[in-house]
This record gives sequence, structure tokens and C-alpha cells, in this order.
Amino acid sequence: MRTLVLTAFVAALAAACGGGEKPAEAPAAPVTNPVDAATAGTVTGKVTFMGTPPPSEPISMSSDPRCMNAGAKTETVMVSGDGSLQNVFVYVKDGLGNLKFPVPTAPLVLDQKGCQYRPHVFGVQAGQTIEILNSDMTLHNIHAWPQTNQEFNVGQALQGMKDTHVFTTQEVMVPFRCDVHRWMNSFVGVVAHPFFAVTGADGSFELKGLPPGTYTIEAWHEKFGTKTASVTIGAKESKDVAFTFSG
Amino acid sequence: MLLHLFALLTAASTAVLIFAGGLVTSTGSGLSVPDWPNSYGWMMFTFPIENWVGGIFYEHTHRLIASTVGFLILVLAFWLWRAEPRRWVRRLGFIALGAVITQGMLGGITVLWYLPDPISIAHASLAQIVFCLTTTIALATSPGWRTGYVGRRFSAAGAAQAEPNDLRTLQRVAKFTLAVVYLQIVIGATMRHTDAGLAIPDFPWMFGHLIPDHWDPKIAIHFAHRVGALSVVLMLLATTGHVFAHHRRRLELLRPSILLLVLVSVQVTLGALTVLSRKEYVINSFHVVTGGCVLITTLILTLRAHRARFADAHATAADEAGAPVTAGPGHSGAAAGARA
Repeated sequence: MRTLVLTAFVAALAAACGGGEKPAEAPAAPVTNPVDAATAGTVTGKVTFMGTPPPSEPISMSSDPRCMNAGAKTETVMVSGDGSLQNVFVYVKDGLGNLKFPVPTAPLVLDQKGCQYRPHVFGVQAGQTIEILNSDMTLHNIHAWPQTNQEFNVGQALQGMKDTHVFTTQEVMVPFRCDVHRWMNSFVGVVAHPFFAVTGADGSFELKGLPPGTYTIEAWHEKFGTKTASVTIGAKESKDVAFTFSG
Repeated sequence: MLLHLFALLTAASTAVLIFAGGLVTSTGSGLSVPDWPNSYGWMMFTFPIENWVGGIFYEHTHRLIASTVGFLILVLAFWLWRAEPRRWVRRLGFIALGAVITQGMLGGITVLWYLPDPISIAHASLAQIVFCLTTTIALATSPGWRTGYVGRRFSAAGAAQAEPNDLRTLQRVAKFTLAVVYLQIVIGATMRHTDAGLAIPDFPWMFGHLIPDHWDPKIAIHFAHRVGALSVVLMLLATTGHVFAHHRRRLELLRPSILLLVLVSVQVTLGALTVLSRKEYVINSFHVVTGGCVLITTLILTLRAHRARFADAHATAADEAGAPVTAGPGHSGAAAGARA
């Protein structure tokens, strides 16, 4: 009897909540590995800084004599003589719709060398493994504090120690910090696709293999924030996008 | 007397621990040792000294000092249990032991959970309670407390100046001040752990105004701490002013009052310097421990103002111990003093 009453109650509740509406249409299944090499295009560009950039400051590593990295400087703002801005994460923010891309099996290595992270800014695909390596003769803790992914803090007491971590959700950017050496920080852009790049000393970037379409491209810098641009590429087309930051 | 000296040592160690804890947060080293109770896989006491580098130095020494304080409180609690005739003092020892164990657990949890604000704030706030407990034990075991501060007045006239029934106003004001000081410390801990210490970057103005011209949660917390500071100063002026006006011949009240004025001046200066120096870590840490000193000095003044109320407790304890007024020289003196 009790089961009967309960079933009736659940049925009534379901009817009340459903309101007689038609069931929502299931979202279309994602298209996996959608890039046709015959039609893929490219977005290239350059990131520059306008104005007088703040200078890179020398880092005092006196709190740990085993760091052995004399002359190390901060990597927050790195501008070349022609104004090229380094360490800018550029990626496709929007326009890929429901496309799904295979995740690289090769891990991406984040090294701790000379008590600095190498690289300072980098990108991975969601689901791709990050291998964190301690090349120093001292201890480090690797502390990532994302907003949507899982926070973690692990210690590496010995040279040569390795840990791996996988961020499962897109998030731009996830900061890394070493709480032992407070000057050590790094940023990873976690995206759901392979269309990202980090500018080098010449400020250039290239996003290859994009299906034809209209995209929002975002450039992120740890101090100067973000800039976005919209670009449309046709089959086999290459478009150039420029970003300019100022202090 | 030996027990009192040990209690004093324990209370002083608690102050050192609070300073060390202040250094941990001021240098941002709270997560530099990611595991707990181990340190990078080593048992805490065997962690090699050459690895005490960078932020680890602050976090690991904080853990070692905390362990030492925990051990001291453990010894103190059992010493009181064995040797102290007053039940409330014996209980205080075990309350302090429970508090310091809880404090250690909170410290571990906050590391393992990546410094969640509520846990870190509770850790900082409970630290001050532990400081209050060890201070109270040190006070209760002191010769002055035991003798009821008889003979500690400037003159015979002073002895007659303030009898217990004249202390009611001071008792009320001091209790309220104590609550205000502790609330201010909790707000300070909240400000510290929500990273709101520079939410208002200028001093004495606030964004160039008397009141901030814009608001967000961090600015509100920082503003509350400044308002709290003003409230503490006013309450301490009221309390100490009352002592100067009505009880200035009672040294046991006058001395902490003078000390409070010195401490609160130093504390306000340190608070200002913390902002102006952009949270320089030594200044910031001294601001934390000086806040604790303001709290315990207010507590001492409050307890001494209530000293006469402990008379019955003394007599009861002596009865329970089966050794009325001859339980010990201190105890008999305390009972006599309390009854005087």
C-alpha cells in the first residue's frame, strides 16, 4: 500500500513538474576530429606593446642558496626592442561550436629550473596530461589554484621528481605558484581544442588547421589583461590579426 | 612558584607562536609545506634543516613552535591536575589543552584544504583564545592573585580606596572592552585571510576621504577593522581613564592600564605602518602579536577587577582538597586575601 501511494505521489509530481510540455530536443552529438586538412585555414598575428614597458626586475633568491640562478629577472612583462610582447596566450575563444577535437597523448612538461617555471606561460588541451618536473637541487611545492578545475598542491622534495596532473575543464588561465619561492609563478591556458599559441620574443603567434568559419580570438596577458578580435576565414585562407596592449 | 613560572613560560611561548603564525601568513607561506602532519614526507621533527628554505622556513618553524607550545600546555595541564587545589584552575588547564589540540587540527585542516577562509580565520581567532587561557592560568597561579594583591598599594589610604563594591563600574567597562578587543581581533583575522589588508590603500584617509567613496566586500572588511580600532582605542581610554580616576593606588590595576596605553599606541602605529609599508611582513606580524598582547592585558585587568569574586571558589577548592587554608602558602594567602 505504501509503495502504491509513493508511486502515485511521484507520478503526480512528475506530471506537475513536466507541465505537459514536449520533451526538450537532445543536443546534437559533437563532431569528433572535424578538421578537413584540404580546407583548413590559419590565423597568424603579432602582439605588441605600445608605450614604455615596466622593466623586468631582478629576482632576489637569497632565501634559498640552492636556487643558483644569478641574474634571474621577472618574466611578467617581456617586451623586445620593436615592441613585441612575449608570453601572451592567444586562443580561439568562440566560434568552434560543437566541434570536438582529439586530445594529444604526449604530456606537456612544466619544468622547475633555476627556481623558475619553464615555460612561464603555456597552453594545454583539457584532458591533456601536464608533467611537472623538478630539475632543481631544492624543494618546490606546485600549487595551482583554478576557479573551475580542481585545486592542487603537491611537494617535490628531490631533484628529478615528477608529478602529473590533468585539467578536465576549459579555463583561461590557471595560475601556478611555488609557496616556497614566492617569485615563482606560471600560467596555463586550458582550452577544449588545439587552437592556441603563446607569443615568443618576436610577439608572433599562429593558429593552424582551423575549419573555415568566424572566430573570436582572445589574447591574454598576465598584467595587461585581455584583448579580443573577430576574424572570418574561408577554405585554405590565412588571416592576420594584430593585438596591441598598453600599460 | 615553580608552577607559576612554568605557566608564564607557556604563555610567553604562545605569544611567540602567534608571532610565528603571523609570519606564515604575512609571507604567504601557509602552503609551502603541502602535507600535514608530515613535512615533504618526513616526520615533522626529522625534516632536515637544510630544507628549511624560502617559505618552508616560516611554515615549518611555526609547526615546531606549535608542537612545543602544545607539549608545554600538556605538561601544564597535568601539573595543575596534580598540584593545583582550585578546581576552576585545574579545569582551565584541560580547557587549554583541548583548545591547543583543536588549534593544531585547524592548522592541519587549513593546509590540507588549501587555506579556506573560514578555517584560517577560526585558526587565527582560536590562537588568541589559547593565549588568553595560558595567560589566565599564569595569572591565577601568580603570588599576587593568590594573595588577593594585599599590600600592593601605594599607601594605606590606597588600600581603603577601592573595595570590591567600588569595582562594579570597572568590571562592566573592562568586560565590554575585552569583548570589543576580541571582536576587533576576529575582524583583523578576517581581513588578513580574505586578503583585504590593502583594500583601503591609504592611511589615515580612505581613498582620500574620511569614509570610502566606493565599496566592495574587502573594502567593507578593512573599513570595519579601522572602525574597530577606533572603538578599541576609545574603550581602552574609558577603561584606563576609570582606573586612573578611581583606582590609581591599586598597582595591580594601574600597571596593566599603563601598559595598555603603551600597547594600544604601538598597535595603532603598527597598523598604520602595515598599510603604508604595503604589508611589510615583520611589521605585519608584530601587528598580529601586539593585538594579542592588547587582548591579554585587557584580560588581566578584567580578571584583576573581578579578583574578589574568586574568593568563594578558593574556599570551595580548599574544602574539596581537604586542606582548607593550609593547602599551601599561596592558597591560604589567597583565601585570606579574598576574604579580606
